[in-house]
Amino acid sequence: MQINKVKEKMTDLLSDVFDGATIMVGGFGEAGSPIELLHGLIDHGAKNLTIIANNAGNGNVGLGALIGQKQVKKVICSFPRSPKGITFAEQYNKGEIELEVVPQGTLAERIRAAGAGIPGFYTATAVGTPLAEGKEEKIFNGKKYILEEALHADFALIKAEVSDRYGNLVYNKTARNFNPIMSMAAKNTLVQAKEIVQPNFTNPEQVITPGIFVQKVIEIKEPIIETIAIEEGLTYP
Amino acid sequence: MININSNNILKGWDRNTIAEKIANDLPHGAYVNLGIGMPELVSQYIKDDREIIYHSENGLLGMGPSPNENEIDYDLINAGKKPVTILPGGSFCHHADSFSMIRGGHIDYCVLGAMEISVKGDLANWSTGKGIPAVGGAMDLVAGAKNVFVMTQHLTKEGKSKLVKECSLPLTGANVVSRVYSDYAVMQITDIGFKVLQLNTNITLDYLKSVTEGNVYQ
Repeated sequence: MQINKVKEKMTDLLSDVFDGATIMVGGFGEAGSPIELLHGLIDHGAKNLTIIANNAGNGNVGLGALIGQKQVKKVICSFPRSPKGITFAEQYNKGEIELEVVPQGTLAERIRAAGAGIPGFYTATAVGTPLAEGKEEKIFNGKKYILEEALHADFALIKAEVSDRYGNLVYNKTARNFNPIMSMAAKNTLVQAKEIVQPNFTNPEQVITPGIFVQKVIEIKEPIIETIAIEEGLTYP
Repeated sequence: MININSNNILKGWDRNTIAEKIANDLPHGAYVNLGIGMPELVSQYIKDDREIIYHSENGLLGMGPSPNENEIDYDLINAGKKPVTILPGGSFCHHADSFSMIRGGHIDYCVLGAMEISVKGDLANWSTGKGIPAVGGAMDLVAGAKNVFVMTQHLTKEGKSKLVKECSLPLTGANVVSRVYSDYAVMQITDIGFKVLQLNTNITLDYLKSVTEGNVYQ
């Protein structure tokens, strides 16, 4: 019997997601954002989710739409402001959604650390700022650092360009961003790929995420492009 | 706090001239991160005698200019989430590697805007203390880049000095700024204050002192 992580139905891909789960969402702005998986999560209906992402959604598609459906109780991100980030702003201003702001490099490193089995690390980023409050300080070679802890997740929603049935992933340009490290940090990594190819078509020298970090994959041939979707007034559901 | 009557604000260099001064101070072969907004102008003034490599936080080294309308690729964007291009010799990496370039001290220069800069080199540029807090990569850049250049107007539109003894706004980093390029002067931050490297010819040292908190010297 062959290993095959490819699922035909979105409901099979998302079947294990539960209320109260912590979910990493790949992407930086729209590049690499798994919009179809997020729409699948709206259909799935899981609630009280904690989302770890760089941003907090734009418009009423993808993460913006998931927040709009009030399925998210907390967002951990570096930059929750977007030109059309209406759904998050509305709930934040009413005190209906929690926010933890993390410097972008610290966010990336906390995610990377989780995937690498490192429980915490010291960094110079944010020393002397409000984001260092309450964090342990330590001096190395006369310079001050703060302790940051690894950021784990139950699930990661990832967008890739190419996958094979093992979940070996290749990304496209700056759509790579947080996707490889999130796929390593989550217990269950769920991927949408534009193309599923036979394993002999993935070049072992060029695989960015080796399949060990991936649990399930679905093919989405023509994913929504956020900028165009927002221009056209698309909303979900 | 210094507050100049807005009628008495002297005109300094325009933003293109400030950008050109910064461009002239970036050496051949430097790896540079330009902040979103005004600092992006710097790339237009790099002379032919040098090659500069631009880094964008979202995993792009060797960033090129904006694409033509028909060449836009929404998978190829910069830290400001605008479509860009990649130059020959460029590369992509994931976010942790991209920020290792910053946090590991590999970026030679970053150029950022400012709300306040203190005489000790503290920088405030991410939060007015109001609205939804959003920090992005600013704290990583100031903590990690070898040289932190600030590009700014010396005074706010209301005539308030941005160069202060102590920042009143939430800090981005403490003791991190190397040099300030304002419309009035280029100033190195030293242990004893703002050392004037270049003064706009319309501005006297006395006027500069009157619009700057903390020690200003030549």
